[in-house]
Amino acid sequence: MLSRRVLLTVAIACFAFPAAGQEKLAVVATFSILGDFVQNVGGSRVALTTLVGPDGDAHVYSATPADAKKVADAKVVLANGLGFEGWMERLVKASGTKALLVVATKGIKPRAMGGGQGSSHETDPHAWQSAANVKTYVANIRDALIAADPAGKAEYEANAAAYVAKLDALEKDIRSAVASIPAERRKIITSHDAFGYFRAAYGVEFIAPQGVSTETEASARDVARIIRQIKAQKIPAVFLENVSDPRLVRRISEETGAKIGGTLFSDALSGPQGPAPTYIDMMRHNLQQLTDALMS
Amino acid sequence: MYDILIAPFAEFDFMRRALVGMLALSLGGAPIGVFLMLRRMSLTGDAMAHAILPGAALGFLVAGFNLFAMTAGGIVAGFAVAIGAGVVARVTELKEDASLAAFYLVSLALGVLIVSLRGSNIDLLHVLFGSVLALDDDTLILLAAFATVTLLVLAITWRPLVLECVDPGFLRSVSGAGAPVHIAFLALVVLNLVGGFHALGTLLAVGIMMLPAVVARFWAADLTRMIVVAVVVAFVSGYGGLLISYHFGLPSGPAIILVAGAIYVVSLFLGPVGGLRRRFAPGRHLEA
Repeated sequence: MLSRRVLLTVAIACFAFPAAGQEKLAVVATFSILGDFVQNVGGSRVALTTLVGPDGDAHVYSATPADAKKVADAKVVLANGLGFEGWMERLVKASGTKALLVVATKGIKPRAMGGGQGSSHETDPHAWQSAANVKTYVANIRDALIAADPAGKAEYEANAAAYVAKLDALEKDIRSAVASIPAERRKIITSHDAFGYFRAAYGVEFIAPQGVSTETEASARDVARIIRQIKAQKIPAVFLENVSDPRLVRRISEETGAKIGGTLFSDALSGPQGPAPTYIDMMRHNLQQLTDALMS
Repeated sequence: MYDILIAPFAEFDFMRRALVGMLALSLGGAPIGVFLMLRRMSLTGDAMAHAILPGAALGFLVAGFNLFAMTAGGIVAGFAVAIGAGVVARVTELKEDASLAAFYLVSLALGVLIVSLRGSNIDLLHVLFGSVLALDDDTLILLAAFATVTLLVLAITWRPLVLECVDPGFLRSVSGAGAPVHIAFLALVVLNLVGGFHALGTLLAVGIMMLPAVVARFWAADLTRMIVVAVVVAFVSGYGGLLISYHFGLPSGPAIILVAGAIYVVSLFLGPVGGLRRRFAPGRHLEA
């Protein structure tokens, strides 16, 4: 009878699909950008959890008991390393997880913070700001997923290869866009210190405003310093989105002739509605902001 | 000497603008402060500054950091509170300070509510603390216009205004100018506070209005001299505060008000009129 057959099918489906769902590989990534890489390589075979979501600051994140549970349940835990997630080691220990722990930056030559090679002891963790480095991330993630889930080897390899092709295209676009900016104009002032790898890879100078605390109310001395520096170094654009008074940034721009840039994403993706929901979108958004500000 | 006192203004446009803005604020605000003090309304300025917040906040909510919207909103809210409090005081038993307190507290609460609807309290901080370092052309023109209007209205209403200060009962008996002059004066208070709010923020705008007036009280006995001293003190505070902000890296708004505060303390001890010097080292008695 038809109805009995339908019922039987439904019943089988009910048993079969949750089982298929449980077979997904549980993966934890520490922050949104790394999570995006994992999603691209893992595709539909992984169930991804990202600890620090979009627009969150992974530097100052404090882990919750819920995070410890997620880490404990995971088969693979991926971290950026290079000192980016200072809280990770304790979280892993506290959760008692048996997951495979992978540092995604393994094999990338770290840079010192602040641009000087080796002058500072702190390493710069923002290695994803160079698309070439991301290929290393992808290779590490692919190998980790294969190790934890050998059955998906072919799929992971195919996904990784497809994503690397996109990264190559991105890399080419960044290089040609930067090349179209006159060499002497390739510098901006920004209070971010997250673009060391971008500078090294693509040759755009990111100059930090000197001795300026951008979070509190600015003094006349702070403003004078920024203006003097912009004039002395002939900097064509300022990206000071965390000098929080827009009137003040406008004044600086009018007095120096430097253009005001938009928002650069460095440590986290935006939400799905924002301009940078994925890594590749983020890099293209930043590139667009830079060329807009530096070309005219 | 040149490096310390003049070079910052010669080198940077934003310092010159800040100085011009302070000049305009001094010319308009200080005389108003003197009248407020003489009428025993020194704290009224403070209350009015809080009353302006919801209007400015509403303007900010509608148009962001928009000069026109924030100014118009501030003026409307300030007038509403000033006139409302004045009317209540005249037609009911309540005294003017009590009704003003009621009005401004409601107004302030509304302001905080409106700003937090928008989200971050960082925005609120910027409405409360403006920046004298970020004056653009439009704001400067606005400040100069307010100062001009203030001085003109003061010149026109001078005699009745002085009379209202010393003997309001007499003025009422000889002329009907009392109420309109009072309203015009309150309007000037609002105007100058809104101007000061652009340069220094709502909280500190009162400082550049009242402190120089209080200082002037220690140095002069007659009204005209008091006003001259107040204007000079206000401008010197602005200049000194900007220099301190420039050389020592301190936020400019508080630096300006603290210079005025320092002048106040010095005047308290050294001022020839009614200060401590008079008390501890009285002059010789006049003899016939």
